[in-house]
Amino acid sequence: MNSLEFSLLVWLGSLAAGFLGSLTGLGGGVVIVPLLALRFGVDIRYAIGASLVSVIATSSGAAAAYVKEGYSNLRIGMFLEIATTIGALAGAFLAARMSPSAIAVIFGVVLFYSAYLSNRPRPEHPSAARPDPLAAFLRMDSTYPTTEGLQSYRVHNVPGGFGLMFVAGALSGLLGIGSGAVKVLAMDQVMRIPFKVSTTTSNFMIGVTAAASTGVYLSRGYIDPVLVMPVMLGTLAGSMLGARVLTRAKSRILRIVFSLVILALGVELIYNGLTGRL
Amino acid sequence: MRAWTDERVERMIGALLRWGVILAAAVILAGGAMYLVRYGSTISDYRVFRGEPSDLRNVSGIVKGAVSWHSRGLIQLGLLLLIAVPVARVAFSVVAFALQRDRTYVVVTLIVLAVLLYSLTRVGP
Repeated sequence: MNSLEFSLLVWLGSLAAGFLGSLTGLGGGVVIVPLLALRFGVDIRYAIGASLVSVIATSSGAAAAYVKEGYSNLRIGMFLEIATTIGALAGAFLAARMSPSAIAVIFGVVLFYSAYLSNRPRPEHPSAARPDPLAAFLRMDSTYPTTEGLQSYRVHNVPGGFGLMFVAGALSGLLGIGSGAVKVLAMDQVMRIPFKVSTTTSNFMIGVTAAASTGVYLSRGYIDPVLVMPVMLGTLAGSMLGARVLTRAKSRILRIVFSLVILALGVELIYNGLTGRL
Repeated sequence: MRAWTDERVERMIGALLRWGVILAAAVILAGGAMYLVRYGSTISDYRVFRGEPSDLRNVSGIVKGAVSWHSRGLIQLGLLLLIAVPVARVAFSVVAFALQRDRTYVVVTLIVLAVLLYSLTRVGP
């Protein structure tokens, strides 16, 4: 396979990953690394570098659209980015000290967990009556648009959410993914922020988180331009396409199918990691 | 001058993100097209990890490569532009919070900016 054929195939694969990732809300990053490592025989370190770049692009591209709708909360996002960026640096440093096989196994486990998180039922927590003092000090309580007009919400358990965000950042830096599923878990379940606000704010944060670890990967020579090009352009185009049809498509069945793909990739990554083939 | 409401700030950030990503993607596309025209028929192999040469790892090497129209340097320049998008977003937020006289969030945002800049200093000048 020459460079032109290789780039075209990787571009098509990334296009599909970005499209399905944005349609299902699972993100394209989780399939880019296994796709490159398992199907294209790319060393997992190059794969993670290329994936990180595509995560910055899709997050920034999508955030531009969400910002207009008034869901995302700039203050919550910015405060939690302290945790995710420091976590991302820690994850990127850890990546250099771990063998590719160990990274593959961790990746597989995270794929399982992401698929589980995004398919489980989400009970909406009622906003409690008493405001949380720390959330009030940080001016996190806000409103978001619903069909019945502006709905106000209160934020809870800021330290708990902050801690889980550090984990999300570390996973992002170690594996080259956006770790949107863990970010949403921290905001939606721990801090009890409305789901729509959680997902859009998470999307907003992913680009900043990924930028923090990309510097480390770039300086270490993990980011190959010729591989980055089709991956970044493919996922970006795919995710923009996905965002366009998002409102029309029935995403439930699609999400189940995509989750099964993710589970299969997870099994394969763990198997290959344990047998030392990666 | 209109007030620096959260909504207005978020709109401006949205525009910044969109145009930044479009610019970065255009540069990466140009560099990639150049590479494929020149080396499209060569065999690419990413099975073995070698690490990139040093002139694709730091800012001065990348810029030097890009201005002399080296395709791989040009792609890396697009990549640096892409990293600059979220960094610019954070830097812009510092200014916006300062104009809103929200001291707590000026400090919060400066911490995030410091972590990002620390990461970028590793790339080197």
